Amino acid sequence: MKASARRCVNVAMSAATALAAGLVVLPLLLVFGFLMYQGVMALNVGFFTQLPKPVGEVGGGMANAIVGTLILVSLAACLGLPLGILGGLYLAESRDRRLPWIARFLADVLNGVPSIVIGIFAYGVAVLPFRRFSALAGGFALAIIMLPIVIRTSEELVRLVPSSMREAALALGIPEWKVLLRIVLPTARAGIITGVMVAVARVAGETAPLLFTAFGNRFWHQGLDQPIAALPLQIFAYAISPYDDWHRQAWAGALVLIGMVFVVSLAARVVTSGRFTGVR
Amino acid sequence: MPNALARGTGGPVTGLSLSSADVRARAAPANLGDRILRVVLRGAALSLVLLVVGMVAEMLLRATPAIRAFGFSFLYTSTWDPVAERFGAVPFVFGTLVSSLLALLIAVPLGLGAAIYLAELAPRWMRSPMAFLVELVAAVPSVVYGLWGIFVLAPLLRTWVQPALGKTLGFLPLFQGPPYGVGMLAAGIILAIMVVPFITAVGREVLLAVPNTQREAALALGATRWETTRIAVLRYGRSGLIGAILLGLGRALGETMAVTMVIGNRPEVAMSLFAPGYTMASVIANEFSEATSDLYLAALVEIGLLLLVVTVIVNGFARLLVWSVGGAVKAARE
Repeated sequence: MKASARRCVNVAMSAATALAAGLVVLPLLLVFGFLMYQGVMALNVGFFTQLPKPVGEVGGGMANAIVGTLILVSLAACLGLPLGILGGLYLAESRDRRLPWIARFLADVLNGVPSIVIGIFAYGVAVLPFRRFSALAGGFALAIIMLPIVIRTSEELVRLVPSSMREAALALGIPEWKVLLRIVLPTARAGIITGVMVAVARVAGETAPLLFTAFGNRFWHQGLDQPIAALPLQIFAYAISPYDDWHRQAWAGALVLIGMVFVVSLAARVVTSGRFTGVR
Repeated sequence: MPNALARGTGGPVTGLSLSSADVRARAAPANLGDRILRVVLRGAALSLVLLVVGMVAEMLLRATPAIRAFGFSFLYTSTWDPVAERFGAVPFVFGTLVSSLLALLIAVPLGLGAAIYLAELAPRWMRSPMAFLVELVAAVPSVVYGLWGIFVLAPLLRTWVQPALGKTLGFLPLFQGPPYGVGMLAAGIILAIMVVPFITAVGREVLLAVPNTQREAALALGATRWETTRIAVLRYGRSGLIGAILLGLGRALGETMAVTMVIGNRPEVAMSLFAPGYTMASVIANEFSEATSDLYLAALVEIGLLLLVVTVIVNGFARLLVWSVGGAVKAARE
């Protein structure tokens, strides 16, 4: 009797937690389903090739915003990746006493800082002094968001490189810097690429830090020192507008954005499942 | 153990067991390349430290006019009048706290339940695909959730949920007032959806870090799967799970776009969850680029600074808790 009651509790809790897991994933299906339903109807070739039309004219696209997002993400990657990977290498390899702990802690803390706050910082550093919203300021803000993610994943992946490899190389008389750059980093490459892709996916969808750095633009990009359009910004502006045609385009934009993010996330998944799942 | 010192978990180094790492750390690097690389790597780490310190300093500097003008009254007055240049942060702090707590109320049971399921109770073949789906829930951009919130969730709440809640629980002040759809309730639900995958992912990692000997001991005593989880796993990982919840809270406090799109953006302190509100992050998002006077801008930066300080405290605390589980395990494994 007692045993059967315990077994019932076991089954009940399994079911309850399974239900919880289902409910956690459910919004993904709801959001994605609705996005497909609304977005596919609004997608057409013009969406990818045309500039936004003025208010009242039906049609037009978000080509400038798609290009703008690509530019902003590339800028962020140029700034954030080298620093992030080197920082990760430092955290994994350094024998310093205090700095690694501090840096690791700050990276985690920075990862939790709201992106809107990073936007304010980027505004103060990269917009106010030049009295102009710019693509560079937007890229700077996104790079700060990228940095902690890249640092922490590179650190983790560099740590996974077996120390026997390091020791073998050092025993051959190869200087340490060469061991790190030519043996350790390349071995961890697949994993680091995953981390980079996760960071890119996260950053591509960020809106808040771009509101007052990249600012948005209804035309093609006009140089890195000028305001630039971004897909998330455009979706936001269209979503809160009162026009039906703009709502339709916001859905299409969201579909494209989420498509980009999911493709990158899936690709990251594929890269990892190749070599490093065994080690993890 | 080549870098036990760097990890800070390797235990004390006694005089007898000087590791090779220790010796190398003291000897000057022999090679120019080594020296350069060491400087470059250290520079990368230092730049991160400088970035965080610079962020706090910069915002403090820009918020100074508001801090001077209002002092602590900024924190307990609720007028927000850009024209008369009188600013108090109460409605925004209230909105941020209420929407985040509402989100946690929904997200904690779901997130922890899902974490337990994914780490302990689910069939093995399901675990990693499900974990990936949870990752995708977290990867959906905020603005997309906001879009969905405006056009799907808010109408749903307006036509079905809020009238029903008003009819059954309307005697509570929480569920009174006209059903707008957008408002505190919608913000809480959207936030819950966005925060729950973080709680699940971190919680799952904490549970996976619990050593197997814990489970084996409980199972050997004849415990069922759930009893094992409850007695041996959850208790061991408790502090880490609290850390996971705090990480979720940190996300909820700072989440901007989706909330801005569904909360209604009205700086009021209202009892009802149906009423529109405003959060710290959304007021910055909405008004920052339109702030005309220096004092107005400074007031907004001060709100950002408050948000920064609160999230840094919450996240720092959360990380220490999560590390306390993961770190101990890592040390045991090495």
